[in-house]
Amino acid sequence: MGGFFPEAILFDGTWFEFNRVQLVRLIVLAVVLIAMCIIASRAKLVPGRVQSVIELVIDFVNNNIIANTLGLKDGKRFAPMLITMFFFILSMNLAGVIPGLNLAGTSVIGLPLLLALWTFVTYVGAGIKKHGFLGYLKAETMPPGIPWPIYILLIPIELLQVVVIRWASLTIRLLANMVAGHMMIVVFIGMTHALLFSGDWLIAISPFAGAMAIGIYGFEIFVGALQAFIFTMLTAVYIQLATSDEH
Amino acid sequence: MEPTILAEVSGNIATIGYGLAAIGPGIGLGILVGKTAEAQARQPEMRSQLQTTMLIGVAFTEILALLAIVTGLIF
Repeated sequence: MGGFFPEAILFDGTWFEFNRVQLVRLIVLAVVLIAMCIIASRAKLVPGRVQSVIELVIDFVNNNIIANTLGLKDGKRFAPMLITMFFFILSMNLAGVIPGLNLAGTSVIGLPLLLALWTFVTYVGAGIKKHGFLGYLKAETMPPGIPWPIYILLIPIELLQVVVIRWASLTIRLLANMVAGHMMIVVFIGMTHALLFSGDWLIAISPFAGAMAIGIYGFEIFVGALQAFIFTMLTAVYIQLATSDEH
Repeated sequence: MEPTILAEVSGNIATIGYGLAAIGPGIGLGILVGKTAEAQARQPEMRSQLQTTMLIGVAFTEILALLAIVTGLIF
């Protein structure tokens, strides 16, 4: 486990310790920001190739995530947040499979935690704005149509769910997926390497291990996109649960 | 007399724990995806909505296996 955290590059031992993960995050952030600014400033009615790819992703978030949960009309308020979140997580995850960077920005707990807390603050805020504080608690913890003795059990569970479990599980889901993906790639590439230089009949197996490594690599691209989708999706679902009129 | 070791396990016992913990989510994911495929075959026009619902369910099931990874690394 200790080997997973890279060594510091700058400011070693202070609060502002700067290591490879931060470097990857900064590079990804800069690239995405600059690319987005350039594309947005040159936006045309008839999109070019790059612009149409970006618009495709935004349409995907709009049609598959927002329209299916919040509804396009209600979701308009949250659309900028959800689209930002999707792009951010997607680019940070894909940094894990870009040769040269090779480490996802989301593979250390800080970034997933920050994003999950953003989600938490947003849905609690939206719920309180809609129902008022007590009304929000009632709407979230007391689903109607249940005999009252069940509430004794249900209210603590639902409260725990709203206050802790939702954002904690969002964090762990994103983090564990990225860490596990990174380790899988390391294990398979390391295995290929070890077999290839074993100087034994085991060399014959190494192409299969290499093929597996490439397969895992492709799978990581898929997982990165899927996790971005699921994180955004669950955020939209939580906001919808908090702001819906009744369950 | 020297004790003879016939079989030995070395390494971290957490790997076995992960294997055990993956059984439940595995069954859960199988049921979830299978039922969604069934529902999509019955009503192809509901496809995208079913897929969305499935992915939410997958996220909740998957977290169990992921918790096993994390606990294996922490403890």
